[in-house]
Amino acid sequence: MATNTGIGASVLRKEDARFITGTGRYTDDINLLGQVHCVFVRSPHARAIIKSVDISDAERAVGVLAVFTGEDLRSDGIGDLPCGWLVKSKDGSDMVAPSHPAIATEFVNYVGDIYAMVVADSIEAAKNGAELVEADFEILAPVVDVATATKADQIHANVPHNQCYDWELGDSAATAAAFANAAHVTSLDIVNNRLIPNAIEPRAALGSYDPASGTYTLYATSQNPHLERLILAAFVNVAPEAKLHVISPDVGGGFGSKIFVYAEETAVIWATAKVGRPIKWRADRIESFQADAHGRDHVTHAELALSESGKFLGLKVKTIANMGAYLSTFASSIPTYLYGTLLSGQYKTPAIHVEVQSVFTNTAPVDAYRGAGRPEATYVVERLVETAARELGVEPAELRRKNFIQPNDFPYATPVALTYDTGDYEASLDRALSLADYAGFAQRRDASEANGQKRGIGFSCYIEACGLAPSQVALSLGAGVGLFESAEVRVDVTGSVTVMTGTHSHGQGHETTFAQVVADKLGIPFENVTVVHGDTSKSDYGLGTYGSRSLVVGGSAIAKATEKIIAKATKIAAHMLNSTAEQVSFEDGMFKIPDSNESLSFGEVAFSAYVPGNFPIEELEPGLSEKAFYDPANFTYPAGTHICEVEIDPGTGTTKIMSFVAVDDFGNVINPMIVEGQVHGGITQGIGQALLEHGVYDTDGQLLSGSYMDYTMPRADDVPEFTVATTVTPCTHNPLGAKGCGEAGAIGATAAVMNAITDALGVKEVPMPATAERVWRAISGG
Amino acid sequence: MVDITITVNGAEHSLSVPDNTLLSDLLRDTLQLTGTHIGCDTSQCGSCTVDLNGRAVKSCTLLAAQANEGSVTTIEGIGTPDDLHPMQEAFRTNHALQCGFCTPGMIMTAIGMINEAAEPLTAEQIRAGLEGNYCRCTGYQNIVNAVLAAQSQLRSA
Repeated sequence: MATNTGIGASVLRKEDARFITGTGRYTDDINLLGQVHCVFVRSPHARAIIKSVDISDAERAVGVLAVFTGEDLRSDGIGDLPCGWLVKSKDGSDMVAPSHPAIATEFVNYVGDIYAMVVADSIEAAKNGAELVEADFEILAPVVDVATATKADQIHANVPHNQCYDWELGDSAATAAAFANAAHVTSLDIVNNRLIPNAIEPRAALGSYDPASGTYTLYATSQNPHLERLILAAFVNVAPEAKLHVISPDVGGGFGSKIFVYAEETAVIWATAKVGRPIKWRADRIESFQADAHGRDHVTHAELALSESGKFLGLKVKTIANMGAYLSTFASSIPTYLYGTLLSGQYKTPAIHVEVQSVFTNTAPVDAYRGAGRPEATYVVERLVETAARELGVEPAELRRKNFIQPNDFPYATPVALTYDTGDYEASLDRALSLADYAGFAQRRDASEANGQKRGIGFSCYIEACGLAPSQVALSLGAGVGLFESAEVRVDVTGSVTVMTGTHSHGQGHETTFAQVVADKLGIPFENVTVVHGDTSKSDYGLGTYGSRSLVVGGSAIAKATEKIIAKATKIAAHMLNSTAEQVSFEDGMFKIPDSNESLSFGEVAFSAYVPGNFPIEELEPGLSEKAFYDPANFTYPAGTHICEVEIDPGTGTTKIMSFVAVDDFGNVINPMIVEGQVHGGITQGIGQALLEHGVYDTDGQLLSGSYMDYTMPRADDVPEFTVATTVTPCTHNPLGAKGCGEAGAIGATAAVMNAITDALGVKEVPMPATAERVWRAISGG
Repeated sequence: MVDITITVNGAEHSLSVPDNTLLSDLLRDTLQLTGTHIGCDTSQCGSCTVDLNGRAVKSCTLLAAQANEGSVTTIEGIGTPDDLHPMQEAFRTNHALQCGFCTPGMIMTAIGMINEAAEPLTAEQIRAGLEGNYCRCTGYQNIVNAVLAAQSQLRSA
């Protein structure tokens, strides 16, 4: 039962007090004694041979303390930046990964690739020094177009045809047979546009070295400080893990882009010992555009086979995915395990076959961006289904309904390797139809038409796989790490509680949500629970925050540790009440013996654990602090229906979103206010992809959308007011029954918007982003 | 170097700074007021917004010298956790922030917008007024709600 601060309550956030008063502590807000600054010297060319780098003038510049090149790191034993997920091609061969030095030595491979680092006593001096670094480049023709990359010049000596892997999933023979029997085939050629994440806090790093202990400390804008430490220690060889302390303080948004271990923090933490001073780096926005890992960037041909009655028979998908110039930390897994596996959507499509060819180009590395693979899968499936409905002249909602996996089908094994545990897709669809007043749409369309406007409505019934991930599944699929999560629940002497988690909050509100879980279970005041995250010296090894995993995996670990606390406290209470643990009940923070007036508060028992006079000292150790590592049994499967309604001015091509409804099933919800906020933000990013955002390189590999002047992110007046609701089928396999909510908006929204636009225009396809110009051209045939 | 006298959050400072010092750098580096954030360096994200002489300005696009003899209020100067400004309180109660990075700039912009408006602003006008501030987390809806809520309180005060 939800109390005003317990599970299910819209509790105001603990973290807000510091953020609204300007007392948050982001990496760039931290300054260390003796700190100096660094600037990275970046390639202006998309592809070139580095014939020489002359640093002599830069080294002599006023204020410059040191200038480093890639050779300095290499000769000091600093390793390449690794990709943590090995994907195999359909022929069984391992993917091919090019060498990725933090500072390039022989070649630069995208605009923004680093070839030198200047350390100086001020940012200005470092920038002036960077101007004096002279590189002699032999410029090569870059490979920019993803669709033709395999036929272009070979970028990396060890990567023939610029191909990382050629992967497949599903049964190609069964799928071919399904197509042979089809009454109707709908096909689409779609491009999932390249996005640039643009967390508003630029990436930053502050490294320091204590020669007395040999310990390095790195403050970094990381979504997963333990992984940062593991990679810098085990792969990059900066220092042994125990000598490397990584702190992710307040982090200003991530959206995936701060998962990865980047060149900059690698160089900073290495150089701090060389220079003997703390070194700070903060990206300027142009660096963020050039060198944060980008997202999406797929070219896809997809076909859906249907029977006479509109049943889905088979799905065939062929995708070319852009990896950029090098493999970023998780890059290889995104267009495979987080994409191909989701192509069953909410439907009982019996046969699916997907082929994904990942290729290298002379562009920034591409990796997970909010949704990561699942928005691309949803876009393929939901654009196809909507198009099929139009081609067959049936209601899009009804075609979906006819093919939905039904509540009694769960657990449902898809043909693409996942087993959905639970869901009720019609419940979300029905609720969304009602909230969107679908029945009144025809009338609204007529009214728009009378005003010379084109109105359209679009659906997206998405599913995602969250809560990454069962470790043994992940490891068997080539992951380099397990994907459990850690928690420690530490009860203080006076009964307040500190919770350590291996996840990291950079906007998600974990300090509030996790405190609600613990306070609810222990029956103690919410104010008495403090959540600590983002410091490798405080939390046990954990895997951080991405893939909507924090509550479902990290929260489950916290729930497990809390259960251990209750179990031990119950034994202590039993001793104190001269009873047995079996006799003692625990409810609302009180230990009681049924049918008696005897009771103890949680605080009294905690006190006894630390001042163990009246305590079963022969049976139990004193203290009240428990740890748990939770390894999920399965993914979780949030799903829902988004409905978007647009009006388009045919004179200008301008699209206005008239309404946007999202009904999501996230399982049990801890804090509805926070969940709703996550959905709003995700939808806005999804709308951004559909209407505004596009990472564009020209044929020379120059980033044309390299600043806020050129890359259009949604502003306040670009998005409508959203109508958001939830349905609930609790997850069947984690202690909270939660499914995760962080990415759903970005996964579902894009297809709904594009289905609405194509509906309004009566065309099969408009490329994303559907800018006014593109829409106007689609209308005027130009 | 240029000599300036500047009042920040009520305290007067007489300083000698390099000519090209930005107001945002003066606030963050010299005065250690790190609540004012730098998100783009190019005047487009609005995270650096502060009040200068009663108007919301982007402090990354002003030289410190341009604020000479002026009075600056930053996010640190409008309220404390125990005594929040109505706009701070409204951001909290409306869940108008997630990662918090854009929040100081948003709050300072919103306060400026309300102060300058002759009539109560509509939601649509507030959205237009927030055009100079990026938020990547919230989707803006709760920010608009917060500004509406604070507006009613500020106008009735």
